[in-house]
Amino acid sequence: MSIAPPPRVPLASGPAAAPAAERSEDYLWTLNFGPQHPATHTTLRLVLKLEGERVVDAMPEMGYLHSGFEKIGEHLTFNQYVTVTDRMNYISPMANNVAWHHAVEKLLGIELTPRCRYIRTIITELARISDHLLCNGAVGLDTGAFTFFLYGFYQREVIYDIFETLCGARFTNSYTRVGGVSQDFTPLVIEKIRTFLKTFPKTLADMERLLTRNRIFVDRTKGVGVLSREEAINCGATGPVARASGVARDLRKDEPYLAYADFDFQVCCASAGDCYARYLVRMAEMRESLRIVAQALDNLPEGPVNVGIDQRAALPTKRQVYSTIEGTISHFELSMSNRGFEVPCAESYGAIEAPNGELGFYLVGDGGECAYRARCRPPSVSHFSLFPRLIRGHTLSDVVAVLGSLNIIAAELDR
Amino acid sequence: MPYVPPAVDDVLAAVTGRFGGLESGRFRDQTSLTVPESQSLEVLAFLKELGFDLLIDVTCVDYLEYRGAKHRYGLVYLLTSTTTNQRLTVRVFVDDPTSPDEAGPTVRSVVPLWQAADWLEREVWDMFGIRFAGHPDLRRLVMPEEFTAHPLRKDYPLQGRGERHNFPVISRDHS
Repeated sequence: MSIAPPPRVPLASGPAAAPAAERSEDYLWTLNFGPQHPATHTTLRLVLKLEGERVVDAMPEMGYLHSGFEKIGEHLTFNQYVTVTDRMNYISPMANNVAWHHAVEKLLGIELTPRCRYIRTIITELARISDHLLCNGAVGLDTGAFTFFLYGFYQREVIYDIFETLCGARFTNSYTRVGGVSQDFTPLVIEKIRTFLKTFPKTLADMERLLTRNRIFVDRTKGVGVLSREEAINCGATGPVARASGVARDLRKDEPYLAYADFDFQVCCASAGDCYARYLVRMAEMRESLRIVAQALDNLPEGPVNVGIDQRAALPTKRQVYSTIEGTISHFELSMSNRGFEVPCAESYGAIEAPNGELGFYLVGDGGECAYRARCRPPSVSHFSLFPRLIRGHTLSDVVAVLGSLNIIAAELDR
Repeated sequence: MPYVPPAVDDVLAAVTGRFGGLESGRFRDQTSLTVPESQSLEVLAFLKELGFDLLIDVTCVDYLEYRGAKHRYGLVYLLTSTTTNQRLTVRVFVDDPTSPDEAGPTVRSVVPLWQAADWLEREVWDMFGIRFAGHPDLRRLVMPEEFTAHPLRKDYPLQGRGERHNFPVISRDHS
């Protein structure tokens, strides 16, 4: 007995083919991509509708890594919660630490010391470099450029080493504190950053030579996943994704926080809005970050790193606690549950330009030692919701290129 | 010199001129505007016309245990202009319905104005149980579809047991 092949329905190509197009829905494949797939890098899921190899529609789904971070934020004190922010975008935890305490200090009305501003600027920019290295490396990896990824990952290791020297932790740093940071820069840390500033541009140039004009890579990414400027703004895209679409918006320039007003750097933009433009923007931003770090190191102010004991806004150091009466009193009062920080009954929003986009926290204070509400505005959510518009009409193999170029981190996405 | 954001007085004046006196507040250089639910969509559409083209966030606060709060929920719309860098926080307060027959608290969706609101409103529905009338696809965003509670409400405990009944029991024969 012979089995008749299923009738082929032609693709819709004009008014005559309209009824056939309705029936061709039956021939669409539904492909489940994730939540566990090497190219999603984290746990997120896509349900793809395929017409042959072409993606007709995609339905992104999230929530596989939901850990109730915002609920936990209502039960941990402002200094404790920094450990949770490490676990949001774990590709650049330092930037999350800075974002959290930036928002907290805005609510509490604390002015940082100049040295602390510079130090936070330096570590945020190092975090940006490490984030972009991984993101671009992953785009390369997913499109077949393994060497590029290893070059990037080796340099990430150098940044990890700097962070380990600085605060003892490689990955989950929990470096910032209300009104300051946990450790001041030591001469060794400064030396290591200077060495990185000297050696990294060479690797960066190597990486650009490997991929930027690589025919295979350019063919895989150019014209793929195009996001127009209007769509980018309307869909709430921020950071490199928006800048690659021509939205010249960078909080470091537009709302200079920390010490960014003191430095000379460019906002890196592109107009194409495709995966290749996002790659280029990230590559260019790494060079600008290096410039910022170099300028900040050269002009690193002397003086205390944390706000003074008299302000009663930062935990005093061990030496202050054990050798001065003011230090002892301040430490004791800040640790008591009925004293602590002076938290206003008010609401404020503080955001920084994280490597991935605008990372902000909307905080509601009720006078207690914990936030009444600690809303995190993660950049990944708006970027992931863009995914269906970017992939429609492209092939299945483009899914990983688009997903990689959006740099979606599920831990930040789901919180 | 600390950064001072551009003032939004002109925007407030324009909104007041069109919609009458709305309550506005200022804290740490951030201006917030309180809008009644009946006017929320119109005011937000007007603000979009005035140049607030980027919707940064839609979120909610449950004021159940907040001292002196008059309403149960407060929706927060964080608006930004990509041209002038002005920022404005729009607050819309809603309450649980008084009679048990009515559906839960509902506000009108802003998805027609900003696509960015799509997933943000889904998250608010998921976490706080506030419905958005006119939303194209109001499903839960992070919790599973079978979930019945809204975890970020203040009456939802941080720790405890439960929710097991939401999941089907699969026996060895049927697995």
